[in-house]
Amino acid sequence: MSTTVATTVPTRSTARRRRVRLPGGVALALLLVFVFLSVAGPWIWGHAAGDTNVADANQAASGEHCLGADDLGRDLLARTLYATRSSLVLAVLATVVGGVVGVALGLLSGASHRLGKVLGAVINLLMAFPALLLSIFFAVLFGIGSVGSVLAVGASFAPGFARITQTLTASAVSRDYVEAARVLGKGPVTVVLRHVLPNIAEPVILYTTIHIGTAILALSGLSFLGLGVQPPAYDWGRLLSDGLTRVYITPTAAIGPAVAIVLAGLTFNMAGEHLADLVGGRRRAPRTAVAAATARPSTGTDVRPAPPVDDAALTTTDAAVEPLLEVQHLRVLYPGPDGGVVTPVRDVSFSVAPGETVGIVGESGSGKSMATSAVAQLVEAPGAVHAEVLRFDDVDLTRRTAEDERVLGRSMAMIFQDPGEALNPAVKVGTHLVEPAVVHLHQDKALARRRALDALRAVAVNDPERRFDQHQHELSGGTKQRVCIAIGLMGEPRLLIADEPTTALDVTVQRQILRLVAEVRAETGASVLFISHDIAVVSEISDRILVMYAGFVVEEATTDELLARPAHPYTGLLLAASPDMGADRSRPLPMLDGRMPGPGVDLPGCYFAERCPRAEQDCRDARPPLLQIGAPGHRAACWHPLTGTPSTATATGASGPADERTAP
Amino acid sequence: MSATTLEPAGPLPAPAVDRAARRTRRPWVRFVASRVLRLVVSLLVLVTATFVMVHLIPGDPVQAALGEQATPQLVELRRHELGLDQPLPLQYVHYLRGVVTGDLGSSIVTEAPVADLLGTRFPNTLRLALPAFVLVILIALPLGLLTAVRTRGGRGRVTRGVFVNVTGFFNSVPDYVMATVLSVIFVVGLRLFPAAGLSGPSSYVLPVAALVVGPAASLSRIVRVEALKVLDTEYVRAAKSRRLPRRLLYLRHVLPNMMTASLTFGAMILSGLVAGTVLVENVFGWPGVGTVISQAVIQKDFPLVQGVLLVLGAAVLLLNMLVDVMLGVLDPRSRIGGLE
Repeated sequence: MSTTVATTVPTRSTARRRRVRLPGGVALALLLVFVFLSVAGPWIWGHAAGDTNVADANQAASGEHCLGADDLGRDLLARTLYATRSSLVLAVLATVVGGVVGVALGLLSGASHRLGKVLGAVINLLMAFPALLLSIFFAVLFGIGSVGSVLAVGASFAPGFARITQTLTASAVSRDYVEAARVLGKGPVTVVLRHVLPNIAEPVILYTTIHIGTAILALSGLSFLGLGVQPPAYDWGRLLSDGLTRVYITPTAAIGPAVAIVLAGLTFNMAGEHLADLVGGRRRAPRTAVAAATARPSTGTDVRPAPPVDDAALTTTDAAVEPLLEVQHLRVLYPGPDGGVVTPVRDVSFSVAPGETVGIVGESGSGKSMATSAVAQLVEAPGAVHAEVLRFDDVDLTRRTAEDERVLGRSMAMIFQDPGEALNPAVKVGTHLVEPAVVHLHQDKALARRRALDALRAVAVNDPERRFDQHQHELSGGTKQRVCIAIGLMGEPRLLIADEPTTALDVTVQRQILRLVAEVRAETGASVLFISHDIAVVSEISDRILVMYAGFVVEEATTDELLARPAHPYTGLLLAASPDMGADRSRPLPMLDGRMPGPGVDLPGCYFAERCPRAEQDCRDARPPLLQIGAPGHRAACWHPLTGTPSTATATGASGPADERTAP
Repeated sequence: MSATTLEPAGPLPAPAVDRAARRTRRPWVRFVASRVLRLVVSLLVLVTATFVMVHLIPGDPVQAALGEQATPQLVELRRHELGLDQPLPLQYVHYLRGVVTGDLGSSIVTEAPVADLLGTRFPNTLRLALPAFVLVILIALPLGLLTAVRTRGGRGRVTRGVFVNVTGFFNSVPDYVMATVLSVIFVVGLRLFPAAGLSGPSSYVLPVAALVVGPAASLSRIVRVEALKVLDTEYVRAAKSRRLPRRLLYLRHVLPNMMTASLTFGAMILSGLVAGTVLVENVFGWPGVGTVISQAVIQKDFPLVQGVLLVLGAAVLLLNMLVDVMLGVLDPRSRIGGLE
């Protein structure tokens, strides 16, 4: 994998350069053409555009006049090119007028709260009107003609500029150094000019660039209506309306100005966006890199480290019964930030027996949530799931059919970390509940409703009938999670996947939800897969615990066995660090130095070695397989386990490394 | 004019007061009432602005309208007829009363009542704007949603490229240019549609198409971005974990949540569409208010300009309020926000 990263770095950068610069380059080239035309156009085509030639009057497109000629025999192509100057200059002027007025209004409203409120209301009202209506209104005020239309279009742009300035000013003013300047007694004018204006200049300039394109369209529109540039002067809008009146005589007459207007509008929009991209790209380089990398998700499949786990130890399950869920050598891959591949789940194997509660514990980034997402089939592109076995009941999850979907929908239920996020804000509580029963069990709505109310009662939601018609934002956090559990009860749950279901809740509510999950399991006989970063919470509810680290299962044992005789040093540290687990409170909690290797790191040896107090050279050279240690079903992936033999005392095992760590 | 735009605003505040008594039980009533109140205030500002406009114009509007050759007697007579010789506050009261009763004065040029002219022409403008409005929604929502589903998580690079470029292009073609080009191709070139005017169903095709293309392109871009955001949420993931059929997933769990932002932007785009009729009508010689206004501005026929601006402005404001209320019904969160 390290080679993959090395080889893809240059290709990534070239791909990115090509991706970003090509359209930007076209826009810039066109921009230069337009600037050239507006400077040189009137000199080059001045004669052709102005010379009347009665013989050529109303001529259709020909070799001599490739867009035809107007009623006085003037060449229409030349006139279109000639009009570039007036069209662009007026557009720039209008944008500048709008920008200056708008920014001034915006700054003014940012400088004082009371003024800001009034101006904000006025801006809001003006923003409700389309620019064309505003510019017609102002054209009436300022008069018809070039000057009037520039002022009118400028005035119609002012509310937009004022709005963006106001928003930017508001956020700039609340920054600490601006507050500080105020406290130091600087006047509002100084604050605005010295501290606010420089901060908002960049986005305002970007907004201006993009608006030149809009100004071209708006001014041409006014001229098209006859309210803008007046004859004998002309711009593209004027040419377009002239062309339209004579469209039967010279159909090409309208084409030149139409193309010019669209092309100029596009050019300025693209150039503005390109500029914004450059500015944004400078600020958010990592994001662009990720976007570039996601383009090549297929690289994930060919980078596959050899499975390091002893297969023989795994294929024999301890339980005599057929497991409900079986996972072997699960890997989850994502395209990485460097064009390579990251592996949040490196090698995970486990099984869940019917009715059993299995806990998965590990710090954030250990891959526990991603592994359960893979089980629940929620990993989406560009992510990829690989597994030798991924089986739920008799459904092969590596290749599902439509019928399997129904089975999963009926019998696999999921509870998420934040119930406020997991319930749809626009959908009633009741609909969430009724839906699965109607879809997967084909129950009619009345029956589903009765069952939904029963389910809400079963999870101790008070006043279920009222809750049924409410939306999630009307419920408390604990009630939301109860509702989520009730949704799981609407099918025929056989596996309940609870992904950190208590983390986002208050401590008192946590206990209630934990108890509820245990009750649900007892009543429905469903298996539970319970994920948490808190080993105390996991051990409270689980029959068996898996400890995960850096995408691997590093230890697996029954809860009692794991608490009594942790074998992996990481488990030992987790236990020692948990104040609920009877750790000696007279000592400071042990700290885990260093960081867990990220999903993009590829190591030959044990991933915990860097932080492990017991690590030796062999740990860094070769990865320890998950092997049975001590009691049946107790497995650990460690060359130097805390408890090599069952006789080793727990106390020394658990607190040994902690002692070493906390010693000054 | 008043028949189409002001009537809904007039009677509503009264029931809103009645309903206020029940506001604790029905919060959405208060929400609707607040939106209606906002509409009334905005309309008042609009009416005032059109009144002030005439008085802000440099010089004497009547002299300007009648031309330099008009005798002082004629100007004075017309000033008197128009009530322009009265004190300003009194004029304002008269103007307000006129707007409410549907009397918008008469054209300086033709002397015909403005309200009558708008009464016959504004329905024709609506005949263009409303179908265009509906079509924009019908095109942009499915197109944006479908593209979002196809292009999420870095998939469908080609689809994304085609979509972004094509909609970006059409977004940059202003409606009057689109109208001109359509007219050159389909009327002059292919002779498929009538050239101008309102005559039977086929005369609607090109003006409506010219109005729809740009807004549909830009709205579908916004819809796609919004849909991508919603598709990434935890509640959509949760809904997927329940294995809901796609139809249900997208229609019930995705669509309502992307409506708020989509329609907020949509309202701006669509009120631009109302204004767009002004230009498109001029291309196709459509007998709406758009073909009146440019002439009226050039001829300085201010009562007529006032009337058209009032009607179009009120239509835009009403449209904004309807979208707001629609959002409140669709998305309970925006309703709560409105109550604060």
